[in-house]
Amino acid sequence: MKHIRSISEIGKAGVLAIVERAKQMSEINSRPVPKVPALRGKTVVSLFLEDSTRTRLSFETAAKRLSAETMNFSVSTSSVNKGESLRDTIETISDMGVDAFVVRHKSSGIPWQIEQWTDASIINAGDGAHQHPTQALVDCFTVSEAFGVDSFEGLTISIVGDIRHSRVARSNVEAFAMLGAKVIIVAPSTLLPPDVGHWPVTISNDIDDVIGTTDILYMLRLQSERMDQGLIPNLSEYGNRFGLTEKRVSQLPLNARIMHPGPMNRGVEMQVDPSHLSQSLIHRQVANGVSVRMAVLFTALTLNDDRDHAIQGLSKEAAQ
Amino acid sequence: MTGPDVHRALSRIAHEIVEKNHGSDDLVIVGLQRGGVWIAEALAAKISQIEPELVVPLGVIDVSMHRDDIDLRPASQVAISHIPCDITDTTVVLVDDVLFTGRTVRAALEGLNSFGRPKCVQLAVLVDRGHRELPIRPDFVGKNLPTKNSDEVLVSVDGVTVTAGEGK
Repeated sequence: MKHIRSISEIGKAGVLAIVERAKQMSEINSRPVPKVPALRGKTVVSLFLEDSTRTRLSFETAAKRLSAETMNFSVSTSSVNKGESLRDTIETISDMGVDAFVVRHKSSGIPWQIEQWTDASIINAGDGAHQHPTQALVDCFTVSEAFGVDSFEGLTISIVGDIRHSRVARSNVEAFAMLGAKVIIVAPSTLLPPDVGHWPVTISNDIDDVIGTTDILYMLRLQSERMDQGLIPNLSEYGNRFGLTEKRVSQLPLNARIMHPGPMNRGVEMQVDPSHLSQSLIHRQVANGVSVRMAVLFTALTLNDDRDHAIQGLSKEAAQ
Repeated sequence: MTGPDVHRALSRIAHEIVEKNHGSDDLVIVGLQRGGVWIAEALAAKISQIEPELVVPLGVIDVSMHRDDIDLRPASQVAISHIPCDITDTTVVLVDDVLFTGRTVRAALEGLNSFGRPKCVQLAVLVDRGHRELPIRPDFVGKNLPTKNSDEVLVSVDGVTVTAGEGK
């Protein structure tokens, strides 16, 4: 798989293979010296044209633990400020010889556009409100680890918040449903996407309807701009109706877990401090981010179709 | 080699490991994923029969991330390393089914380093089929089996078979 751009492109078999590979990476991360030479000689560029903390840092850590070279690109100090186009930027970096671009951009579809300008692998680290496939892979791995299952058959996962503007919701709904989970989305009608009728989900407008029967409560961040756009009346009313409060935590089933992709808005969707909650998987999500992104880089850079085609000609000698 | 031959070879190797290390109590047996794992288990079981008071930790190591030919091989199945104790200042016996080019063992030596610094590393293999490409030699060998480079050597509890490859 040369590019990792959307959950549908990766497919169910691909999601399962990356989650499996991430277990191996997780073991490497637990070693006294958590570094292997698997991607020695490869160069990975982080091209983040939108802000990020955990995604960017976990990709960089992942690349380093696999011994890849990393190049960093920061918009504020680059020629983008002099008006250089994205195409020229990509072509310039490609000319330096890179094997993968890790791209985050505010426009949906950018990873597919970039593919036309470079021979390198493209890893989507978030494109507009479209996809954030590595977050979905991290979350699948985290659920699989917490519940000790590979298939999510029989699990109910409720995703609560601004579904409409969330690339995490789009990727996660697809991935969770692909692995067999029953997915419920919970949001005010103004924050539901227009095409939600085609999604493999059940829709609810009331968190209290789902909280008693959900295995995983997945909270999304509510951006304050949504209030200025008139999509919600005000933050505290949103918080009261859709936020996670002490009372709601107490209504969760015994073995239910809480997830959040970060960054959190404390006092809005998170009215409790999740670090005090035994149900929280939020720290696991961050820790697993490195292992899963190692699996993603490894998959894109060593297990891609071009290479598989090239080695088909080799004799069985290599297989011994 | 037949099944009983394999069994006898493993018994001999187990005795040799104990003898060479003078019954030392800092042995760790580490099988290479995947072919070496059952052999490592068999050796550890035999060693604890020979020296019942000896506690021999058993680990497994997956070397796929340490290979120098990662780009030249078909995708390997995911296998996970597990080293049950700190291996610093221990004697590690690496165990594999077939010793061929030596590249897997080189990768394993490198992989071991990320778990600690053993006092000494020894190598036990059931079959040495020759064609080394690196300066690596086994300390314990079940059987030396002359092969052609293109042959395929299959090892299981039931014995060892060599099938002729396409040849070159």
